[in-house]
Amino acid sequence: MNRQTQKRLLGIAALVVAAAIWQIVAEYVVGRSFILPSVTDVASAFVTLLESGTLVADIAVSLQHFGIGLLAALLLGVPVGILMGWFRVADFLLDPIIEILRPIPPLAWIPFAIIWFGLTTQAAGFVIFVGAFFPILTATYAAFRSVPKVFVEAGKVLGCDTSLELIRYVALPAAVPAIASGIRIAMGVGWMCLVAAEMFGVSRSGLGYQLWHNYYLHQMPNVVVYMLILGFAGLIIDRIFRNYVDGRLLRWHAGEVA
Amino acid sequence: MSGVTIRDLGKAFPKEDGTFTQALEGVNLEIGDTEFICLVGPSGCGKTTLLRIIAGLETATTGIVTVDGRAVTGPDPKRGMVFQEYSLFPWRRVIDNVAFGLEMKGAAKEERRRAADRYIEMVGLSQFRDAYPYELSGGMRQRVAIARALANDPDVLLMDEPFGALDAQTRNRMQKELLSLWEQTKKTIVFVTHSVDEAVYLADRIVVLSPRPGSVQEIIEIPWPHPRDRTSAEFAEVRRRVLRMIDETENAQ
Repeated sequence: MNRQTQKRLLGIAALVVAAAIWQIVAEYVVGRSFILPSVTDVASAFVTLLESGTLVADIAVSLQHFGIGLLAALLLGVPVGILMGWFRVADFLLDPIIEILRPIPPLAWIPFAIIWFGLTTQAAGFVIFVGAFFPILTATYAAFRSVPKVFVEAGKVLGCDTSLELIRYVALPAAVPAIASGIRIAMGVGWMCLVAAEMFGVSRSGLGYQLWHNYYLHQMPNVVVYMLILGFAGLIIDRIFRNYVDGRLLRWHAGEVA
Repeated sequence: MSGVTIRDLGKAFPKEDGTFTQALEGVNLEIGDTEFICLVGPSGCGKTTLLRIIAGLETATTGIVTVDGRAVTGPDPKRGMVFQEYSLFPWRRVIDNVAFGLEMKGAAKEERRRAADRYIEMVGLSQFRDAYPYELSGGMRQRVAIARALANDPDVLLMDEPFGALDAQTRNRMQKELLSLWEQTKKTIVFVTHSVDEAVYLADRIVVLSPRPGSVQEIIEIPWPHPRDRTSAEFAEVRRRVLRMIDETENAQ
């Protein structure tokens, strides 16, 4: 048995044991599904939610919120980060504004998200945008500030005449690994903001909303289902992104950091 | 014709306290077409600064540099540069590193790859054309960097201690290869080194700079053909002369 299969088998075994303990504690020690739903309660809740179609619909809605927010954060965060990282004047100009806005917790924007956008997809997207924007901005800025000088000079002597060419052909490719890890952090923050935004009533559907809604209905097995789905979805999004970045975008980077 | 003329060149760097460090002062130098020049001098004498001014990466405070009669105002692919640090773009394969300059010129993909392939072959790395820089050894990376500079068909090739980070054996081999490239391409080469041995082995003329503020202290012609014998008596004699010169000026400071 090699290391890899050993690791996998032990991981599965631990999960099975944890589930068994959970089941025993829930059923025989606690004994009330409201306080601690058992594994089987949760499993049957899952099946019911899946069959009714609401689960899939809510996942779709949440992914939509997440997608809008993250896309907006990318479309704004990367260019602003590039501007501030490359042009000193832009840095001096924008830095005070950024420094004042950045410490405001994304959830503090929820009232205005609702006032500006109503209870729309955009409102939830906006809160996620606020959460994801700053990690992307900061990562892009830092990455651009630390592009090795020799790459920029090599670009210049090889015929990059304008800042635009230097950014496009030299600085941006050099910055991609750091920007990618910034995006990963941003996705984590964004996912947390998603749940909070939906819970606090920015939306009338979605995983976060349903979690809170089912709490009001005292449907605790359903609450656990939504908790687990949120965890898995976050995990899967992160895995997909990491595989994509590691495998495709950064083939050259493998040896650079090692 | 690709001569380089340096007239009354001076360079002062501003310091934190508002004063200036005079790095170069009154540098005059004529470099002929297809000539191989080595710049040597005590550390901190501004030889790299001089090279960077020729490249257009720094601007002179006084004086002027002309290449082919045209004043240098900024970086230009007509003056190729090989840096001491590894400067290959790690996100590009060897072939696309070498083709970079042609890409900036707007050459079509087929055309620039064909040209790049020729230069990769010239530096003997055809089997690594699709490798990423991290897969190459230090010597190979500098060979690719040379090919990348040559692919722009520059008038002048500027080299800033390109073999400084290599081990002695690789360094000797690279020197030999550089001479063969020079004979094939007939480029004017300006080569900064702190190895006197390297300078005596490579150069048509060795330009010895004085300590800061650097200026041309002496020019030593080496008329011998290549390949040169490092172990010969006359080689040792010239090396001793140059070393003494650098040493004296350093102590006089």
